[in-house]
Amino acid sequence: MADLSINFAGIKAPNPFWLASAPPTNSGYQIMKAFEAGWGGAVWKTLGVPVVNVSSRYGSTDYRGSRMVGFNNIELISDRPLADNLKEIEEVKKYFPDHAVIASLMVESKAEWHQIIKDCENAGADGLELNFGCPHGMCERGMGSAVGQEPEVLKTIVEWVMEVATVPVITKLSPNISHITDPGLASVQGGTDAISLVNTFKSIVGINLDNYAPYPDVGGAGSNGGYCGPAVKPIALNMVRELASHLQIKGTPISGIGGIETWRDVVEYLLLGASSVQVCTSVMHYGFGIVREIEAGVLQFMDDKGYDTIYDFVGKALPNVKEWKDLNLNHKVVATIDEEKCIGCELCYIACEDGAHQAIGLSGDPGNRTPYIIDDNCVGCNLCSLVCPVQDCITMDRRDDGKAEITWAERMANNDVPTTFNDSRAGGLGHYVPEPSLALKKNQK
Amino acid sequence: MADYKRPASEEDFHQNFAQKKPLMNDTEAYLESSRCLFCFDAPCVTACPTGIDIPLFIKQISSGNTEGAAKTIFDQNWFGNACGKVCPTKVLCEGACVYNHQDVKPIDIGRLQTYATDSVISSGKTLFKPGASNGRKVAIIGAGPAGISCACELRTLGYEVDIFESKEKPSGLTLYGTAPYKITNEEVLAEIEYLENSLGFNIHYNSTISTKEQIEELQSNYDAIFLGVGLGPTAKLDIPGIDLKNVEGAVEFVEELRMKQHEVTVPDRVIVLGGGNTAMDAASETSRMGAESVILAYRRSKEQMGGYSFEYDLAVSAGAKGLFNVQPVRIVGTDKVEGVEFIRTEQKNGKLEYVSGSEFILECELVIKATGQAKMAPFFDLIDGLELDSGNRVIVDSESFQTTNPFFFAGGDSVNGGAEVVNGAHDGKAAAHGIEAWLNSQNS
Ligand SMILES: Cc1cc2nc3c(=O)[nH]c(=O)nc-3n(C[C@H](O)[C@H](O)[C@H](O)COP(=O)(O)OP(=O)(O)OC[C@H]3O[C@@H](n4cnc5c(N)ncnc54)[C@H](O)[C@@H]3O)c2cc1C
Ligand SMILES: Cc1cc2nc3c(=O)[nH]c(=O)nc-3n(C[C@H](O)[C@H](O)[C@H](O)COP(=O)(O)O)c2cc1C
Ligand code: SF4
Ligand code: SF4
Ligand code: SF4
Repeated sequence: MADLSINFAGIKAPNPFWLASAPPTNSGYQIMKAFEAGWGGAVWKTLGVPVVNVSSRYGSTDYRGSRMVGFNNIELISDRPLADNLKEIEEVKKYFPDHAVIASLMVESKAEWHQIIKDCENAGADGLELNFGCPHGMCERGMGSAVGQEPEVLKTIVEWVMEVATVPVITKLSPNISHITDPGLASVQGGTDAISLVNTFKSIVGINLDNYAPYPDVGGAGSNGGYCGPAVKPIALNMVRELASHLQIKGTPISGIGGIETWRDVVEYLLLGASSVQVCTSVMHYGFGIVREIEAGVLQFMDDKGYDTIYDFVGKALPNVKEWKDLNLNHKVVATIDEEKCIGCELCYIACEDGAHQAIGLSGDPGNRTPYIIDDNCVGCNLCSLVCPVQDCITMDRRDDGKAEITWAERMANNDVPTTFNDSRAGGLGHYVPEPSLALKKNQK
Repeated sequence: MADYKRPASEEDFHQNFAQKKPLMNDTEAYLESSRCLFCFDAPCVTACPTGIDIPLFIKQISSGNTEGAAKTIFDQNWFGNACGKVCPTKVLCEGACVYNHQDVKPIDIGRLQTYATDSVISSGKTLFKPGASNGRKVAIIGAGPAGISCACELRTLGYEVDIFESKEKPSGLTLYGTAPYKITNEEVLAEIEYLENSLGFNIHYNSTISTKEQIEELQSNYDAIFLGVGLGPTAKLDIPGIDLKNVEGAVEFVEELRMKQHEVTVPDRVIVLGGGNTAMDAASETSRMGAESVILAYRRSKEQMGGYSFEYDLAVSAGAKGLFNVQPVRIVGTDKVEGVEFIRTEQKNGKLEYVSGSEFILECELVIKATGQAKMAPFFDLIDGLELDSGNRVIVDSESFQTTNPFFFAGGDSVNGGAEVVNGAHDGKAAAHGIEAWLNSQNS
């Protein structure tokens, strides 16, 4: 069976499944329970300056039958006494010497940073995580994302930390920035050992339609929160990828965070260059027990592919994430409908008709609701196959011979790109588009 | 009310016995699995006699790890595929699903379970391997759910296993007893073949163990013996005329039906005697075989029947009629059965009493006695020191399934008096660990 153990920038753990700094890591009790359940590491709920919290703290984005596809919070860092937390770090390490316990930190002055690092190292923390992320509350006091959004400030603080830290340091980035590589690079220049991302995204999940307060409602008012959960995964995945393939950042271990719930999510993060992952929302939803699905699935994946350790596939998808200009312009797919499976919802039809390229037709016979693809009009956009509610009913079939490849970059080099608005080499020129007036004549549904 | 024609071909038979829980397609599995809430300390798990981690396997299906889901299921229950189809899920896992409390349809756990396990059974991908040989050998008597589950578990622990089975085919009443609309013969046998291919135990068919000498021989050749013999044939009913032609035991009738399918001829009028699940099954089955009139006659009231109400509803929907508070007193006929004489009964001060002068005769051409299976007491007499309880059930330790003769372990119907496939699967697996613990304690 595959070996899941990792050495993440010098922090050893029995597996790469860690808890993110958040309510699930608020106490030694929770972290010990989590380790018992199978988590390999935990980043302690951020320790630092004293705070108070409001009551009513979380909001949720529900979608159809699914609760908490997106989750937001206006909670601050740990409001428990530092001494209690330190005592518990020590105790957890006694019971679980081989698991990773990482102290997440957020303070202001250099002196405070130096002091809290010493305290955490004395307590036995295996590593430190610098929280430059919270996009609510703490940033109003000049910390959290206020630092994460200012690469120069971030770099300075990382340098302060590196002056004294004797255990590995992870810098946790805020995604509330145009180019994630800016703070990423600043942290590397400041000397960080590793990077973790993402922290939460500035958000408003909804408004109470009776009192017009944003959720979570604190007595008729609210504040912007930090957004996380499954909804943010695609954005976070891309940020991880951007760092992992950045020339000056790659090589710095990355802990991937954002919307992880299943084994598949974990594998995707690893394939894009993360070498540990952290989870918050799905544990807040289902408890520590979800790790058993994650672990079984990752092991199954590794056994199927013949991988011995996660390092056999960390970053393996990176070479396939290319710039657009390097994609093969001769690649051609066309939708095909499996008539046996089709249930006649006509969602593909209306999606293509109103939302894409008018490449799907209807039989016109009330007894036959199975649409058909007009091959010549189909640009291979995938939309119909994405909306079809039946598994594997619409497939995208390859139609080019796969031999001659040509990219935009190559066509540029060959001087074979459209240069004027009416250039015959422009992509859409040959495509069928109905006359505007047909919109009114056609017996539209 | 469905009106079934007599099946003339295998195809007709399969149509009349269409699967109650057909295999899910991918779309159904995707949508259904995404409905599961992944409850904490999930009540569905508690309700499963084998304790399958239901939220886990369902989440594995929804995250695209169907194979992992199959593994989760087999980890707890070697009859995972059959159980998904034959378990009375309404009173087990699905009955416990939290959705019921809001009148939302519970998760279709049984069918998801069969969907997951079917994927590996049909691909043949092995998920389990025998453990490294530990040099020990165990003999198992009976290749039913209990025996085969014990064998599978012992193989994973590194034991050599020989199963001795009276019949020609494996899986006991899963094959020979359950109603054909719950599971097909092919499905039952495919799972056993999958397990045999993965784990490699030996089944010796047509090998009834019936003498003391045979038992002693097994004792000298093996380190322990597991008894998974189930129950016996239909119990005797002591009324005049019971030996007439066309008076059959339910268990025997179902066995013939499962083996010969459309070749079995059921006459026009059938009376089924009994009020348990086997009676319900026999009534459903004879109706589906095209009988014009099927009467399910029970001596107490409808509410007092031992069978599940949903099984009764199923029999009624297939065309059977219930007749309650009637006691058969005589089978009428000269050579073949021509009818049954009943007397009406009533409940008085908690006792069942006959209503004198209420006798009447109902005509029929077939009587099926579903009056319970006989216990295997004569077989158990062959084993020294093996004690039975007052109901002739083998007495075992509730965790190790060790009998009062420490060399022997037992599980399934012979211990519980007649339950479900899933109970046999649980007992057999638990007994394997009982055997392991006992042998380890002997050696140390
Ligand atoms: C009509 C009917 C319908 C049923 N329907 C369902 C259902 O829908 N769902 C469900 O879950 N359960 C159902 N059951 C119950 C279920 O089949 C049993 O609970 C289960 O099969 C018991 O398993 P077992 O291993 O204890 O015994 P069995 O399945 O009875 O297996 C015992 C095996 O031992 C063999 N054997 C016995 N004595 C000897 C001997 N001396 N030497 C060698 N071999 C021997 C037998 O031939 C048999 O193969 C039904 C039972 C009946 C009778
Ligand atoms: C209620 C809540 C509190 C959080 N508190 C912290 C914190 O104290 N320090 C920190 O670095 N991140 C904090 N986070 C962010 C998480 O650690 C994590 O980066 C984010 O939730 C994305 O992961 P997810 O999609 O798995 O939830 C918090 C998140 C939530 C939901
Ligand atoms: S989850 Fe509910 S009960 Fe628990 S602290 Fe929050 S509001 Fe209170
Ligand atoms: S979306 Fe799928 S199911 Fe619906 S009509 Fe199109 S092909 Fe058929
Ligand atoms: S009780 Fe129902 S919803 Fe809850 S875990 Fe079990 S099947 Fe899923």
